[in-house]
Amino acid sequence: MKRTLSYKLNIFLFLLPALILFVGILIAPIVMSAYYSFHDFNSIASKSMSFVWLDNYKELFSRTLVNAETGKTFVNDKFMGDALVNSLILAALSVFIQLPIALALALKLSKHITGERFYLSIFFMPVLISTVIIGRLWMNIYDPGKAGILNAGLKALGIDQWLFPWITKHITSSKLQFTGQWTGFKETALIAAFIPILWQYVGYHMLLMYAGIRGVPAELLEAAKLDGCRDGQVNRYIIIPYIKPILKVSVIFAVTGSLKSFDLIYTLMKDTTKAELPSTLMYKLLFLHNRYGLGSAIAVILIVLCFIFALLISLAFRDRGEKVS
Amino acid sequence: MKKNGLVPKQVDIVTGEKKRFAFKPKALLVHLLLLALVFINIFPLYWMVTFSLKNNDEILGYSTKVKVMEEVVDAETGEVTMVEKEKRVQVLPNHVGLPKHWEWSNYTEAMKTGNMGQYFLNSLVVTVLAITITMIASFMATYAMTRLVWKGRKTMNKFFMLGLTIPIHAAIVPVYVMLSRLGLLNTYSALIFPYAAFALAMGILISSGFMGEIPYDLDEAAFLDGCGVWGIFVRVIAPLMMPAIATVGIYTFLQCWNELLFATVFVSSGKYRTLPVGVQQLFGQYTTRWGPIGAALTIATLPTLIAYVFLSKRIQDSFIAGAVKG
Repeated sequence: MKRTLSYKLNIFLFLLPALILFVGILIAPIVMSAYYSFHDFNSIASKSMSFVWLDNYKELFSRTLVNAETGKTFVNDKFMGDALVNSLILAALSVFIQLPIALALALKLSKHITGERFYLSIFFMPVLISTVIIGRLWMNIYDPGKAGILNAGLKALGIDQWLFPWITKHITSSKLQFTGQWTGFKETALIAAFIPILWQYVGYHMLLMYAGIRGVPAELLEAAKLDGCRDGQVNRYIIIPYIKPILKVSVIFAVTGSLKSFDLIYTLMKDTTKAELPSTLMYKLLFLHNRYGLGSAIAVILIVLCFIFALLISLAFRDRGEKVS
Repeated sequence: MKKNGLVPKQVDIVTGEKKRFAFKPKALLVHLLLLALVFINIFPLYWMVTFSLKNNDEILGYSTKVKVMEEVVDAETGEVTMVEKEKRVQVLPNHVGLPKHWEWSNYTEAMKTGNMGQYFLNSLVVTVLAITITMIASFMATYAMTRLVWKGRKTMNKFFMLGLTIPIHAAIVPVYVMLSRLGLLNTYSALIFPYAAFALAMGILISSGFMGEIPYDLDEAAFLDGCGVWGIFVRVIAPLMMPAIATVGIYTFLQCWNELLFATVFVSSGKYRTLPVGVQQLFGQYTTRWGPIGAALTIATLPTLIAYVFLSKRIQDSFIAGAVKG
């Protein structure tokens, strides 16, 4: 039997479909992206590209980005820098606000409270809805016109009277009056984008952590109770250390997800410059300005960052000898 | 602690101490908080469905002239007469209430002008085929890596797992160039194969878990009955992979059904446009008409939500399988 199982041709044939897809559409393109990112590449049709070393990367972090066809400058700022900072802020918000909320929910729900399944299912629901829909729905919620429900709510409660002038005075740096254009100002747009992300993904992280907590052996918990641990102590010294691998996965997903985030910003705002992310900038460079080399450089930066962060987070979560088992 | 019918709830099982209250205000507070979160989760969706059934007047509010009878007192005689007058009245928008006039035409408009029916169908074709390809490719590869005997199989598995961290943006330019040179832009294939490729890593990860649980004795028995590797795969393994089909299928479905970036870039003709892009497009068409937009959003969301009502446990499990085994 062993001979049949190690017959080379069969092994190859079984792997073939997956290999074709994987190498053809994932691995080869990444190599190509790296290749393009070192070239001046401004038209899909032409096959000639000139090798420009790191010029694309330099241009990306310089003050001006130029449209390939018109030669006009379309961004006059350190844009890639801004975009990276924005995505890192999103990542930080996700890790330090979203994940603690998810953990608190998971801890509470895993204690056999009444209606556990109901809560769990409702909180998880937004995960299934397309981000496009969520972006558009929240765009309507934030709508600065008469129909926007957020401003209508604030108005009904009378909060807008003092909140809007306060934002104008202390938050926004532009001279324009803030009258509820949440996605129209740099200072508010990122937060406005974070809220729907929070709304959508809290349930996802909660579910993962909940499943992890459910995997904690019952004897462990009982032993802790018998030793006189209170709920808070059980959470802190037993459950949280036990579900560390899942917390790691959650942190990695939250950080790399923020770096890659595209759909939400793209659909939430008519003008993404207010909360530009690397991926939205990449989209613009590629499909509005024909700068394929520049866009590829962003893609390469994204891949490298995703891998670096995944590695760093894994290292940070490594056990330091204090195993619980 | 496990729920135990023998121990009265108000007695702590460990200390034997009687708790003072059977009714705990703290638990009530927790429930109130959770219910508030439930409200936050549901409200945007409720609001979406209601504004999909309202007309613009109701959504935005409007001003109208109303005829009012007014008493006019004659200054000289003191006589009171009723005079009909026109008055401008501001009708406030109906933000949170149910629609006063159920505007079903929003839906017909979203289907007809917005073409949502066509996009729905396109999404379905792309998703179903992508799922099928992902499933076949990942089952076959998993079989080769878990049950066939060769040297590099662990390394090969690690190689495929790279796919879990690679962002789809990374491939967009080269794949776009490739598709355009092959003349495949604006076809179903332009989406099906990239979707399948990006779902593959997760597919392999999930099916390795399932395939590992199938006893090896079965392979051996089938072998003794005269099956070759293909026979074992088709007759023994594949039928036992049914639970994996559901898990991989659900995971891949949600990835493909909701995908935007590839769908925007690789398909520009309306003929092959998928639902997310269609919704996005509709916003360009109707910047001021909220009703049909709400209808389109609802049409795109409802199928998933209905499926979730019936399959919530299954769907949650497939997400857990995807993350925990990673």
